[in-house]
Order: sequence, then C-alpha cells, then structure tokens
Amino acid sequence: MYGAGFTEDKRIKSLMLRDRKGSKMDRLLETAQLEERVVYLDYQSTTPCDARVVEAMLPYFTEKFGNPHSRNHEFGWQAEEAVEKARAQVASIIGAHPKEIIFTSGATEGNNLALKGVGHFYKDQKNHIITCVTEHKCVLDSCRHLEQEGFDVTYLPVQKNGIIDLEVLEAAITDKTLIVSIMAVNNEIGVIQPLTQIGNLCRKYGVFFHTDAAQAVGKIPLDVEAMNIDLLSISGHKIYGPKGIGALYVRRKPRVRLSALINGGGQERGMRSGTLPTPLCVGLGEACAIAEKEMEAESAYITNLRNRFYQGIIKNLEHVYINGDLIQSVPGNLNLSFAYVEGEGLMMGIKNLAVSSGSACTSASLEGSYVLRALGVEVEMAHTSLRIGIGRFTTLEEIDFAVAQITREVQRLREMSPLWEMVQEGIDLKTIKWAEH
Amino acid sequence: MAYSKKVIDHYENPRNVGSYDKNAVDIGTGLVGAPACGDVMKLQIKVKDGIIEDAKFKTFGCGSAIASSSVITEWVKGKTIDEALTIKNIEIAEHLALPPVKIHCSVLAEDAIRAAVNDYKSKQTNNPQH
Repeated sequence: MYGAGFTEDKRIKSLMLRDRKGSKMDRLLETAQLEERVVYLDYQSTTPCDARVVEAMLPYFTEKFGNPHSRNHEFGWQAEEAVEKARAQVASIIGAHPKEIIFTSGATEGNNLALKGVGHFYKDQKNHIITCVTEHKCVLDSCRHLEQEGFDVTYLPVQKNGIIDLEVLEAAITDKTLIVSIMAVNNEIGVIQPLTQIGNLCRKYGVFFHTDAAQAVGKIPLDVEAMNIDLLSISGHKIYGPKGIGALYVRRKPRVRLSALINGGGQERGMRSGTLPTPLCVGLGEACAIAEKEMEAESAYITNLRNRFYQGIIKNLEHVYINGDLIQSVPGNLNLSFAYVEGEGLMMGIKNLAVSSGSACTSASLEGSYVLRALGVEVEMAHTSLRIGIGRFTTLEEIDFAVAQITREVQRLREMSPLWEMVQEGIDLKTIKWAEH
Repeated sequence: MAYSKKVIDHYENPRNVGSYDKNAVDIGTGLVGAPACGDVMKLQIKVKDGIIEDAKFKTFGCGSAIASSSVITEWVKGKTIDEALTIKNIEIAEHLALPPVKIHCSVLAEDAIRAAVNDYKSKQTNNPQH
C-alpha cells in the first residue's frame, strides 16, 4: 500500500513487529540498523518521491517524450492526454474543475502568480492586500514587491497558537481590499487556519481568497467550493511527487482573472506560458491521486506515530513545550522547544536524525524563526526548538529511535547548560541582567 | 554546515564540564552571553598563588560555542591570571577552524576569561586578608 521499495520493506516489517509483541530481538536488530543511517524526520522540507509516482513518470521521459502542445501527431496527443489526466487528478483532490488548474514550477511560483497576477490585473480597481505574518517567505516577499508598486498590505498577527483571529481579519477588510492570502497549513508549526470561515468572510465582502496549500494538500480535506477558495497553490515535492512542479487553482465561476508573469506561447490559458514538463505533470497528478486515496489511513497512521513520539518525549523529559497547537494542526508536524538546550547544539548531537530547528544559528540570517516570534514564543525559547516532520515512510522503530536519541542528547546538554543549572538552583533567569551581544 | 574535527571532538568529549562554588574566594566566575542570543557561557577558574589551577565550564549554545569554552578551560590551566588575559579570540577561532558566522563564539569565550578573572580579582580586593 505504501510504495517505495526499501521503505516498503521497513514499513511491512514495522507493522509485523507491532503485531508480534514478543520479538524483542527483531526490534533490537532494527534499531542497530538505524544507528548506521540518518532517519528522515523533515517531511515539511521535502518528501521522497513515492515509487508509484516515479513509475508513472518514467515513460514520459523516454518513449512518450512528445510536446503536449503539438497538435499534429501522435507524440503530442499522447503527451497531451497524460497532462490532461494529471490535471484532472490535481483538480480532484481539491474539488475543482480540471480547467481551473494551471501547472506551475511549484508553490513559490503559484503564490507569486496568485498575488502579483491578481494584483496587476485589478490594480486600478482595488489596491489592498491582507495576509498574515506567519506566511511563507514567498508570499511575504511577493507582498513586499507589491507594496513597492503602490499596494497597501495588512499583515495580520496570529494568536498564541498560530491561528488568525477572524474578527481581526474582518476588521481589516475595506472596500479597497482586493485579495486575502492566508496559508492553509503552516510549514513550521503545522497549524490549520480556519479556511471555511475565511472563505465565507471573503465571499461576503467580495474579496478574493487565496490560500497557499503546499503543506495542506493530501493532509487535510480541501474543497474549493465548500471553502469558497478562489486561488490555491500546490507543490509537488511536499506530497511525495517530484520537485520542480506545482499547480495554481484559479476559479472560473465567478471568474478570477490574472496577468501572467511568464509570457510566451499562451499555454495554460495564457496564464503561464512555456512547454509543460509532461513527466513532472504526470508525477504531480499521480501524487495527488495517491494522496487523495490514502489520506484518511495515512493521517491515522501518522497521528499514531506523532502521539507515540510526543508521549515518549514528555515521559522522559520535563520542560518541553509545544509551539503551535496539538489539536488544530496536521499530525505530521510537531514543533517542540526543549528549554535550556540550544537547538543547533542539539541538532549536532542527534546527527542520526534529519530534523529542522527554529534556532537562529541554523540559518545564515542569525535572526531566528519569525514564525515562532509571531506566536509570542520568547526568543530564548525559539532558540531551543526542533521541528519533527513525520510522513508516509516513517516507521515505528524510527520514532522510538528518535525519542531515545533526543532524550539522551537533551539530558547530556542540560547537564552542560548553565541555564539548566540555574533553574535547578531555583534562580529565575529573568532576574539575571544578561549582556546581549 | 560542516564542523571541523576539533569542534566535533570538543562537542562530543567536552573537557572540564562542571561547576565550583561561585561564592568561594579562590574561584572566579564569568557568565557571559544571553539566552536570547542563543549563547551563554559560564567559565570558572580556581586560583592558587596567582596561578589558575583548574577551570570548569557550562555552556548553552551551538557546537562551536561548546567547543570554544571547552578549549579555553584547557588553555587557561597553569597560566597566571594575567597570562590568561592574553588569550585572544582569534587564536581560539583558528584552533577550532571556526567559520565566519561562528567567530562570535570565540569572542564570547575570550569575554568569559576576562569576566572570570575580573570576578576573581574583585573578590581579592574585597577580602584583603586572604
């Protein structure tokens, strides 16, 4: 059921082990093997291509290599058929019509096209955009560019759990508001925004609603009709599809118009010129079809792993805090702060685990996670955060291994931490006059 | 980012982790950095007859910060307090092959030495009988 050769074996084995309670030896062997490789727990960053996706793509690199826009021969027709099948598969997972799907290079392009495309087309009528401080950089940066062109942008704050306040959103809407862009699921903390309510508000005031759904597709049910979504960005490589492909849903009724960013042969109904990459389109389509079919079972599987991980951690360690919301979030994204242990230092110790950190030191910018800061997470706690990304190919053994590794390393580093020592002595760290450097 | 062999060695096998009684007269304590910046170092020196007999550290920070503080505990041992003050951050950075974004870790280590020595000196002025 869950593809991908090597990992498939691991999964089956893990399921078997779960059922065979007595097989301690097998478990030990499994764990010994984990010691020698790096366990991937960074599924928000990217995902491996599902073997079924790769299989579907392969013919379109070689024997079925035609240009889907060639109208005069079999090669073109074959490719066109494949692209249109993929378009229907993409449309299906969000409840859209295939004609409303524009293939892009990924969600970054989709978000750029949605905001700049709509902005440029309607700029003489309305010039106000509403978005949120915890959006992905590609939304925020597109908004900054539009501000330089004369647009007004409102950046909504978020509540402590990372979710926007609908009353604040409603209050921000004016008769100049053209579009509201709020992501479906946050990439750092996994929280789900109230899409239906946002869609209703936007429809009520005649404002377009765009959502960056890169982290949501295949993880939560999405329905552009029920949710009144006008534009929606999709990424291939976040859903076990290939990198370099994505899609933008653009509503037809009532029609949303946009100015193209890429001009040329007029492909994709003039909204995105350029020859479609047939194999990548096929891969995205197949990834969507698999995700749609397996979402429910997969979500239950991942929730179980997430709970096992979290319970294991809080059983072993105190002063561990959740960033975001455990209820209104996707199960595959767990963002935790391990107080008094610096995130990058911790990542160095758990080198058998591929995770992501909200610590400033991890990125070149040294400024720390703007998403965590927007939640009101204190800078010192943001420095101690890790994002654990659980996905389709994560196994029970990998989760137990991760719990053991993180526990061991947090304990070791706390013994080495002057902050931990002070807290143990009953000193309130806030009373210390720190020399910020 | 790849860490140098020496950083990894000090991170995995830190030298002289621990604490002395910060109120003892023969102990100088330097606490530098800030949790909000992601680095806090505590360096303690044990001084006898003007010579640093032993040193201990605790650090909250990245691997380079831990390695920088571990290194200085080795370097200050056996030095007079004034000799210890001559240790420069650039020597620490070169020794550990720190990349440019991690130079601040070595700066913090140098600050820690200065703070520990100053603390020790101020204790001696306040306790002239010792």
